[in-house]
Amino acid sequence: MASRALYSPRHPVLKKRDDFEDVLEERRRSSDLRYALRCYTPTLYKGLVPCKVSMLKSIVLQSDHLQCVIKQVSSESGDSTECVAEEASLILDEMAHRMQLSTVRFFVFTLSKAFKRLFRSVCVNEEGIQRLQQAVQEHPVVLLPSHRSYMDFLMMSYLLYMFDLPLPVIAAGMDFMSMKFIGEMLRMSGAFFIRRSFGGDKLYWAVFSEYVKTMLRKGYAPIEFFLEGTRSRTCKSLTPKTGLLNIVMEPFFKGELFDVSLVPVSISYERVLEESLYARELLGVPKPKESTSGLLKARRVLSEDYGSMHVYFGHPVSVRSLAEGKIKRSQYNLLPRYIPQKPSVDTHEFLNDAAFRLVRIQEENMVLKPWVLIATLLLQNPDGMDLSSLTEQTDWLRHLALAFGAFLDWPDHEACSEVISCSLALHRRLLSVSAGHVQLSVTDAPQVETTPEEAVFQRAVVVLSCASYRNQILHVFLRPALLAVAMQSANSSRKDDIYNCFNFLRNMFSNEFILCPGDSVQDFEEACYLLMKRGVLQVLEHEIVMSASGQSTLAFLCSVLEPFLQGYQVVCRYLCEETNENLTEKEFIPAVRSFALKLILAGRLKCCEALSSDLQKNALAALLRLKAVRKVKVGDQVTLKVNKIAVNSLEDTMGKSDVISK
Amino acid sequence: LHHQKSWQEIMKWNGWGYSDSRFLFNKKGQAEFTGKRYRLSGLILPSLKDWFEGTFGANLQHKSPATPTVNLSAVAPPNLNEPFIEDLKAAGVAASHDPEDRVFRAHGHCLHEIFALREGRIGRVPDMVVWPSCHSDVEKIVELACKHNVCLIPYGGGTSVSSALECPHEETRSIVSLDTSQMNRILWIDEKNLTAHVEAGIIGQDLERQLNEHGYCTGHEPDSMEFSSLGGWVATRASGMKKNIYGNIEDLVVHIKMVTPRGVIEKSCLGPRMSTGPDIHHFILGSEGTLGVVTEVTMKIRPIPEYQKYGSVVFPNFQQGVACLREVARQRCAPASIRLMDNEQFQFGHALKPQVSSIFTSFLDGLKKFYITKFKGFDPHHLCVATLLFEGDRGKVLQHEKQVYDIAAKFGGLAAGEDNGQRGYMLTFVIAYLRDLGMDYYVIGESFETSVPWDRVLDLCRNVKERIVRECKERGVQFPPLSTCRVTQTYDAGACVYFYFAFNYRGLSDPVHVYEQVEHAAREEILANGGSLSHHHGVGKLRKEWMKESVSGVGLGMLKSVKEYVDPQNIFGNRNLL
Repeated sequence: MASRALYSPRHPVLKKRDDFEDVLEERRRSSDLRYALRCYTPTLYKGLVPCKVSMLKSIVLQSDHLQCVIKQVSSESGDSTECVAEEASLILDEMAHRMQLSTVRFFVFTLSKAFKRLFRSVCVNEEGIQRLQQAVQEHPVVLLPSHRSYMDFLMMSYLLYMFDLPLPVIAAGMDFMSMKFIGEMLRMSGAFFIRRSFGGDKLYWAVFSEYVKTMLRKGYAPIEFFLEGTRSRTCKSLTPKTGLLNIVMEPFFKGELFDVSLVPVSISYERVLEESLYARELLGVPKPKESTSGLLKARRVLSEDYGSMHVYFGHPVSVRSLAEGKIKRSQYNLLPRYIPQKPSVDTHEFLNDAAFRLVRIQEENMVLKPWVLIATLLLQNPDGMDLSSLTEQTDWLRHLALAFGAFLDWPDHEACSEVISCSLALHRRLLSVSAGHVQLSVTDAPQVETTPEEAVFQRAVVVLSCASYRNQILHVFLRPALLAVAMQSANSSRKDDIYNCFNFLRNMFSNEFILCPGDSVQDFEEACYLLMKRGVLQVLEHEIVMSASGQSTLAFLCSVLEPFLQGYQVVCRYLCEETNENLTEKEFIPAVRSFALKLILAGRLKCCEALSSDLQKNALAALLRLKAVRKVKVGDQVTLKVNKIAVNSLEDTMGKSDVISK
Repeated sequence: LHHQKSWQEIMKWNGWGYSDSRFLFNKKGQAEFTGKRYRLSGLILPSLKDWFEGTFGANLQHKSPATPTVNLSAVAPPNLNEPFIEDLKAAGVAASHDPEDRVFRAHGHCLHEIFALREGRIGRVPDMVVWPSCHSDVEKIVELACKHNVCLIPYGGGTSVSSALECPHEETRSIVSLDTSQMNRILWIDEKNLTAHVEAGIIGQDLERQLNEHGYCTGHEPDSMEFSSLGGWVATRASGMKKNIYGNIEDLVVHIKMVTPRGVIEKSCLGPRMSTGPDIHHFILGSEGTLGVVTEVTMKIRPIPEYQKYGSVVFPNFQQGVACLREVARQRCAPASIRLMDNEQFQFGHALKPQVSSIFTSFLDGLKKFYITKFKGFDPHHLCVATLLFEGDRGKVLQHEKQVYDIAAKFGGLAAGEDNGQRGYMLTFVIAYLRDLGMDYYVIGESFETSVPWDRVLDLCRNVKERIVRECKERGVQFPPLSTCRVTQTYDAGACVYFYFAFNYRGLSDPVHVYEQVEHAAREEILANGGSLSHHHGVGKLRKEWMKESVSGVGLGMLKSVKEYVDPQNIFGNRNLL
């Protein structure tokens, strides 16, 4: 029952969501071993063509598509076709999963144990599962979970096993494969491995895409991949990638399948396992290479309390309905379908648009815990807050968030103060509470002597960890916040002026947040609608006027975006002030980081978030997109050419407030 | 004209074919086919009722009978062009403005046309009918039509399924239906060159019968051949069941004579092929009555084949069947006809089995079924059947037969006997009668066709069938529709696919509209899956909206400029195609 309405209702408040059920409850009561060995009889796709793992490989290698590319590559490279075919076969060996029910059972057993230790509860919307059960029978299914933790895909397979759904095959990054034992285990539980980058490698692309499409066309298993491409280190959704989406949609475009169902899945954690690991990574402490021993060290992780976890299976989205009126399928009529074709401009635009909308659905179905609200407030008050005012403001924020359609999991019959103290206890590593005063602070600092730089970094780890919780709710406040900032910087109450500012900011931040391309007017209207309904604004025909009571809401919303504005300004300032001619792309992040650090140490910058490499990358991407910076390839190096006038003017437009004291 | 009148009298005015031949459920609730004309005539079909009720959720208690007779008072008075009539009379051409004659020629056999007639609704009809008896009569009529600015709509057998015969609503001039039925003679037969020169109004079965008397045939057997005319075949680019041996109409014609407002168009010799610029025959073939009237055609003829043999093959599933047909086409060894029915149609075919005459045949049938489903493991819900027709001299036919059955065996096909094959082809002629039975019980339906490259046949069939089911559901059809297809022709580079689609319309306020929406969606799906707009039914007015997409803007412009030159006054104003 794929829904036609991918476009979520414009009045988010009216959104109806399913109820949750804790799946661990049953696990705590009965034997995990017996559970892992129970009879597993998944619901199957009606058009399933039964096919063994080994068969799959030969079907892919014999496919017209791959044979055609092998010939092409062979004639271009001069290697014999046998030689290229052999290479293709090796690529496929490296890539392919070897799903085995016994391995899955082993995982189910161990994960049952692990999940029970890690989480208080794992909540799943059962109606979503029922919808998925329906969808799986009708059409091939693609599962699109959000990606915040390594846990994500383990949890997905675990849940599908639990509900007698077909186990998915999962597109995983190659880095897992280097974890010797675990890599193979994952392979046997359905993961297939793809290289991180293979841009120009025709043969690799052909093997990969044919492999995925074959499984889809045969209805072999649901395909699972992450639209965001990688784990989000910030808990903000990442700009989606369209490559795999194109691969899974193409069999529909080319008429090989009647339809494909895309199922967005939102996985949210009350406490992310990798919390401080991510913060360190963003600050430039390199990510430890995935290794089995590293994972064993993570045993320490097992002894902690990670609260609850929520998995929300969204409504299946039919590719057919999505593409209706947007994709002219007859464009594929004049070329044999096995000859690979680059997606046309229209198709590309469609894919991009669809990808953004799917990520928006993920965001909207992401469950938010009270701590997210608290973290938002604590970040805005770096000097800490009294417990009483924190309680009061959290309650205020809770109502604002609900009015904006947030999917908040707030305990029903508990006093606000009770809820807050529970949250604070769960996240005690990030804060200190003394004498009724709550403050973000460094709690585990064993070093006796720290340099000022180290102190800044330690603090930044806490701030970025905390920010990763605030980021979870950003999508709720984003549009009204952009409007709030636009009103502030427009210096005019004329609707046009405010819209222009809004549009500028939206454009500036479109690498930072999920903002569907082309939705500018809709977003503006949504923001106006929400704030008007809240009594913050009056929207007249040509003017937008703030209500007397709206001040605090607008101020709050502006501070939500403040760290980002400041961070972008730091990047702009760096590019204008510090760069010489030969700034290479590689040097960019460390250089901006040390520039920001200098500003912080000099007391000119308060905001630690400017140290985040994610923000710096996004800012650079925005500047490149806006053509204020150009990439120039010199030899092996890519250098950045800065148009200082353009960067300066962007910086000015962004922040008349001029936060960085000169 | 007597012949003409009698023809009109033995035909249904609001349904398919002969008045005496129709399906009905008798008092015992058993289906039977009346009349004496067909092999099935007079027989009881014991399983049709169950199939009918089961497939459509129909009920014999719920009847939707047709208006019994034409309500002549509903026919608008004719808009006559008196000067034209006077000149016509002077020229000695037979004419009539009798309402019955006019209503009879105002429609083809699209669902909406027949449905309206059954309800007694009559729209715009031609204002008069003329019956030319020869080429020069046509010349006179066209000349007078130009002189007096009347609109001419050529009418052959009236079997169009593209709204081609519908009078355009926007036409304000007097509309004259030009009925070619009196131009029905074979003018000469040339045994040296194996050609026959024939007047274009001749009906398929008459042409075949008369040639047979001389020991010849054309071999052109479209499913409508009992009623459709030679001129109609030319004007729509018709295709015959046995095209694998004899070719389609464009391969069969050697010479065409057509009267246009500009004069007569024809070639100067009977050479078998020419390089004289674009073939002018191809302006005429498929012109759907927009340029003129085809009056005479020189056609290839062949000696009647010595031996004919039907056959059939059962496949475990449709995929295997299509793979087999593809292989047969690859080896270019297709029999005169080879058709592959899907499972739904196979079951439908079974429902039309007449009551068995002896215990012995019934026992045999049981054995066959047992062998196929139990011993060979074919799933009765997936298996499908190919029907075959071989023609030629006996030795070659038997050899050919073996070759085809050997190929079929490679795709899991089992020979399933001559009877099944023959019944498959008989179905072709009676299936149109079945629609009328359905319409008596709230079931409406129609067929449509396309042609598609081999590699897309399966995908197209699956997607179109599924699209139909889905669209019906979305539009509030209460019962799952019958959505079935068969591959009816094979070519080197692709195949012709024929869809049947029917549903129970109880509970719908505007069933014809729903039907049209679903058919529209199905056509969109065909085009999106690499199928053509039409293989042989033509475009008419029904599929006009897709012409530009189908032949490109330039292509359409070319056709329009031809129309503009040939018929600047739009005398042939049926508004088909362009």
